[in-house]
Amino acid sequence: MLSIFYQGLPAFNPPQDDIVAELSEIESKLADVVPDSSEARALTAREEELQKLQATINKSFLSKPPAPGSREAGIGPALMGSIWVCVGCSVFFLPLGVGTAVFLEEFKPRNKFLRWLSDMLQLNISNLAGVPSIVYGILGMTVFATMFGLFGSPNDPFFELGTKFKRQYVTEGMQVVFVPVSERDEVPTLSNGMTALKSDGTEVKLNIIGDDDEFPEDDETLNVSLLSDSEGGVVAENAWYSFRLPFGRSVLAASMTLMLVILPVVIISTQEALRAVPTSLRQGAQGLGCTPWQTVRNVTLPAAIPGIMTGCILSMSRAIGEAAPILMISGIVAISMGPQHLMDDFSILPLQIFYWAGQPVNEADPHNFQHVAAGAIIVLLLVLFAFNSVAILLRQIAQKQLS
Amino acid sequence: MKQILPLIVFAITACSFAVPTQAQSGLKDLEGTINIDGSSTVAPITIEADAGFRGIAPKVKVPVGVSGTGGGFKRFTKGETDISDASRPIKYKEFESCKANGVSFIELPVAYDGLTIAVGKSNDFVEQLTVDELKKIFLADSKDGSFKNAKTWKDINDAWPATEIKIFSPGTDSGTFDYFKEVIVGKSESSMRDDMSVSEDDNVLVQGIAKTEGAVGFFGASYYFANQDKLKSVKIVNPDSGKAVEVSASTIESGEYAPFSRPLFIYVNSKAARRPEVKVFVNYYLDNAPALAAKVKYVGLPKEMGDAAKAHFKRRKSGTHFWEIKDGKPAKREGSLSELYTVENLLN
Repeated sequence: MLSIFYQGLPAFNPPQDDIVAELSEIESKLADVVPDSSEARALTAREEELQKLQATINKSFLSKPPAPGSREAGIGPALMGSIWVCVGCSVFFLPLGVGTAVFLEEFKPRNKFLRWLSDMLQLNISNLAGVPSIVYGILGMTVFATMFGLFGSPNDPFFELGTKFKRQYVTEGMQVVFVPVSERDEVPTLSNGMTALKSDGTEVKLNIIGDDDEFPEDDETLNVSLLSDSEGGVVAENAWYSFRLPFGRSVLAASMTLMLVILPVVIISTQEALRAVPTSLRQGAQGLGCTPWQTVRNVTLPAAIPGIMTGCILSMSRAIGEAAPILMISGIVAISMGPQHLMDDFSILPLQIFYWAGQPVNEADPHNFQHVAAGAIIVLLLVLFAFNSVAILLRQIAQKQLS
Repeated sequence: MKQILPLIVFAITACSFAVPTQAQSGLKDLEGTINIDGSSTVAPITIEADAGFRGIAPKVKVPVGVSGTGGGFKRFTKGETDISDASRPIKYKEFESCKANGVSFIELPVAYDGLTIAVGKSNDFVEQLTVDELKKIFLADSKDGSFKNAKTWKDINDAWPATEIKIFSPGTDSGTFDYFKEVIVGKSESSMRDDMSVSEDDNVLVQGIAKTEGAVGFFGASYYFANQDKLKSVKIVNPDSGKAVEVSASTIESGEYAPFSRPLFIYVNSKAARRPEVKVFVNYYLDNAPALAAKVKYVGLPKEMGDAAKAHFKRRKSGTHFWEIKDGKPAKREGSLSELYTVENLLN
């Protein structure tokens, strides 16, 4: 692990020429004294490693899509995917996790049956905290991605919002034209002179060549000519708010699966934080005539916020590093762009690292996939730090308000 | 931190402006998504194709998954994916479920992969092995005691030292393991021995074989090509010609390196193949398959095979070449890819 750090970190700094110069000086001195010592060789190797990584992790590494060659590979889409999934996850787990903990801790039922129910819930949550994440992956796959097959498939969903369809044709002049359609399966009847759209939105009049028609001669006409039996293919355009049932292998399904993974941890740590709030505070509030809800809202929760935040930060760190459940849900290791909406395909950094780490490694190659994977790990850590520092900042602010 | 901040800002801006590479002709306006899933062995070629395809149609999204050949087919037979990567031909069960779901497909070979049987560099006695000798190494003892596998190298050849044989094998879920097992076990009653070191990560196998005395193992040839300085490949005696053949691009392509070379496939959903973006992508894939395969250290198909695949796709010849119905029962066709891959052999 340390060596990965050593290899990766200098790459984020501009080349420190003085250090490199010093290193090579020391190394040459060493080489003079003990020409074949392993130490001297190690030093050379390290220096080489340093330069290699400066070449590996650079600006375009963060933006480029994954590529088959380790030299061209980048983490752009995976980085965006990780951010989308984790932000989505935190939107779901925060209210649900904290809400459950508050219910279990602050609203103890008096009814015997309800008490038994609450105990069962408590027991299940404690057990679930130890379940391997791949199991959650399978669960999430069934519950969120396919929804038990109750709502059709992602290609033929039961409910769809924010998706527009168009039929894509390639004309005889190898130009791409679109004909908007209202449904996925609708095949427009092609007629002479009907309008179609080019990709920049300009309208063109189509020229349809029937079986008996003469084939056009000039390029202009060819560019807008379609055979009368051209089928084209449907293309879905999704708005940023698009939504469908079932979720399919989407960002949303992944966020909700990760939510399941970390929910038990969040609930348990939130419960601990609530328990740590002195009873006298609650009793004071109740003595002043507060309802249980007012007590929770104005007294207990604000007092427990720092503890709750700590639990959430720790869970978040787990969520961002999970590869196994996402391997079940998405399994995509190469995608050219990051997600554009919640129903989009995606890849995440841990998945990308997992795939790269398994690629054939030629150690003589200064840019092999192990270096790329190491670079991606460093970036993953930085993203983690970024998320955590925001959370810590929020915690600090919350603490100040209380005093 | 001062140095990192501009980097992050740059990254975020760079991400929002995807960089279109130089696009050709009117096809640069193509849009759509081509869903691909399947074998992690074939994925590098597909990813290579995707990278090249971005230069032609930058707006088409091609997410490539690695659920494994079986996992990929599971989705493909339901019509969830447009193209399935496969390191083995489709199984009859999968073929049936395709039919049940009304999915028809075009079977296209894209490259050859060679299984390498490797020993460590320090092993100076093993130069070549026959399939029978490999059986002696890799098969489990039979229950009735009629077959006993080799515990030391001396058990195979008296001239070799009595070093213990240590075996490294890919995971039993991988297509690589399946293929090796098919050759070694075949239709016999026996099974692979279970005292092997198994790892899903082929790099672990490479390290294990390189560092363990008396070790032997197998994996895809690309891992051997990347680690030639650490490993020694064992020549395999071709059962037909009786000649010991070294694994290399040329011997795999010519078919001399038998029986451990296997074809890799993509299966294209016939309905999806009507979509312009899929059509252009598959055409690009097939046109460039030899070059793409060579880039990721696989072996391109010979020209006639490549042409046959292109012709199949052009004429939309759907169905599998590897199964036939004999006396009302499915039977696997035997033979090399070039013998089987003809229109007459198609089963729909």
